[in-house]
Amino acid sequence: MISQFALLEPLWEPFSSNEFLRNALLASSLVAIICAIAGTYVVLRGLSFIGDALAHGVIPGIAIALLFGVPGVIGAAIGAVVMMGGVATITAKVRLSSDTAIGLLFVGMLALGVIITSRSTSFVGDITRILFGELLGVAAADLGWQIVVLVVVAGIAIVAHRPFVLMSLDDGLARTSGFSVKFFHGLMLAMVAMAIVGSFQLVGTLLVLGMLIAPAATGALLARRVSTMMATATVFGVVSSYVGLLASYHFDLAAGASIVFTAVYLFGFVAVLTIPRRLRGHRELPHQHEHAH
Amino acid sequence: MPTSHVTISASQLDIGHGLHTVAHDINMQMHSGELLVLIGTNGSGKSTLLKTLAGMIAPIRGEVTVLGTQPGGSPRRVAYLPQHPVSSHTLPLRARDIVAMGRYAHLGLFRRAQKADRLIVEDTMHRTGATEFAESPLRDLSGGQQQRTHLAQVLARQAEVLLLDEPTAGLDLSGKYAIAEIIAAERARGVTVVLATHDLQDAESATAVMLLAQRVVAFGPPSVALSDDNVRACFGFTQPH
Repeated sequence: MISQFALLEPLWEPFSSNEFLRNALLASSLVAIICAIAGTYVVLRGLSFIGDALAHGVIPGIAIALLFGVPGVIGAAIGAVVMMGGVATITAKVRLSSDTAIGLLFVGMLALGVIITSRSTSFVGDITRILFGELLGVAAADLGWQIVVLVVVAGIAIVAHRPFVLMSLDDGLARTSGFSVKFFHGLMLAMVAMAIVGSFQLVGTLLVLGMLIAPAATGALLARRVSTMMATATVFGVVSSYVGLLASYHFDLAAGASIVFTAVYLFGFVAVLTIPRRLRGHRELPHQHEHAH
Repeated sequence: MPTSHVTISASQLDIGHGLHTVAHDINMQMHSGELLVLIGTNGSGKSTLLKTLAGMIAPIRGEVTVLGTQPGGSPRRVAYLPQHPVSSHTLPLRARDIVAMGRYAHLGLFRRAQKADRLIVEDTMHRTGATEFAESPLRDLSGGQQQRTHLAQVLARQAEVLLLDEPTAGLDLSGKYAIAEIIAAERARGVTVVLATHDLQDAESATAVMLLAQRVVAFGPPSVALSDDNVRACFGFTQPH
């Protein structure tokens, strides 16, 4: 028995012996939970592209903050507010299709972020940290900040669950049910922005979208209810964090990228496994219709 | 039957999208328990009128009130079934969850669904024939089953005004009969129903019929409004007798 446990030791030993890795697991699990909650609504409402734009829109804010020695989180929060304003204006006013306009806004913000960072003395280090995160440099203060973000994101999800689900089905349905679509859409974007600001330090602005979408999309494939989808997303997110960190430790790989890759790989795996079920479901439709009286 | 009172009132109403007027000078008054059938081809203004009454688009000109307020002003008392309800393949929602959303206008953000709410959901699913697939996700349902689910959602609001945009689309004959029965039952409890349709048969039991062809061709009781001349003006041909 003892020798069998010893064989399994590489699965937990890195986390019990290494405080950095333990903190990283805690932090990335918190990110997984935050992203599972926000990501569920992102996937349901089809906001992936806006989510990606928000994630890149925060870069100039972080870059300016780093340049002036202010915490990156504050810069990211300001960047997110600016980007949300930009997205809202574009979707309301610009006569281009909104994906074109949002796409331009997001590469514009990315370019601006890189330009600002290029003024800093440690350009390569800074831009790498912003884009790909710094999972193994998590401090206790960061964990506290993430818990605050988790509480706020969960609070928004609890309060606004009904309008969020109605809007996932149809904006018109939310409106005729007495909920302001403008307000709750804004609140949803704010929740997504908060999740991004709370997560970017670990997995980076380039990869945070993976944590936001991959576990939630896996949940959507497996679940029949929104609550189950969120719970499934949380489990897949936390498992991805653990597997990714373990792989990063044993094979000396980039931590954030390993976690996100695991999450996306698991999505692909589940998608392939559930193909037969989905095909079967569609083939049965005419048959079900005949007997639906 | 409950005492009859004015539920929908429009005077010199122009409807449309933005600056584009789809139909103008609509004048009408509907009372509780009445059925108004809107008839016309695609693009005639039926859906635009329903959306205006639901408060989803603003009127271009004129006066319109629903239950004494601006359209959209009393979400608990008005329910609207759009022409093409969503049939998303990603949403993890069962038919029962979709129907339960019909209670959200009453529950708001915080109130918990009570036993009475759940009974209403079960009852409306039974009435539209949605009970047998209540546990299935929306994405696995056929078009007709989805339509029954959405109709149950609209009924679950227990509104005083029902705005139905082609509710029989995609339904087989038994589904059409079921809807006719539901409309009769709702009217008996004092509900005003506004129904958009292509089908002249749907107009037989109506209190009033409005023929639309980007203008009001005729408005009145079916026997008057559905004259051969009016039907020809609306559709370009008459029905064989």
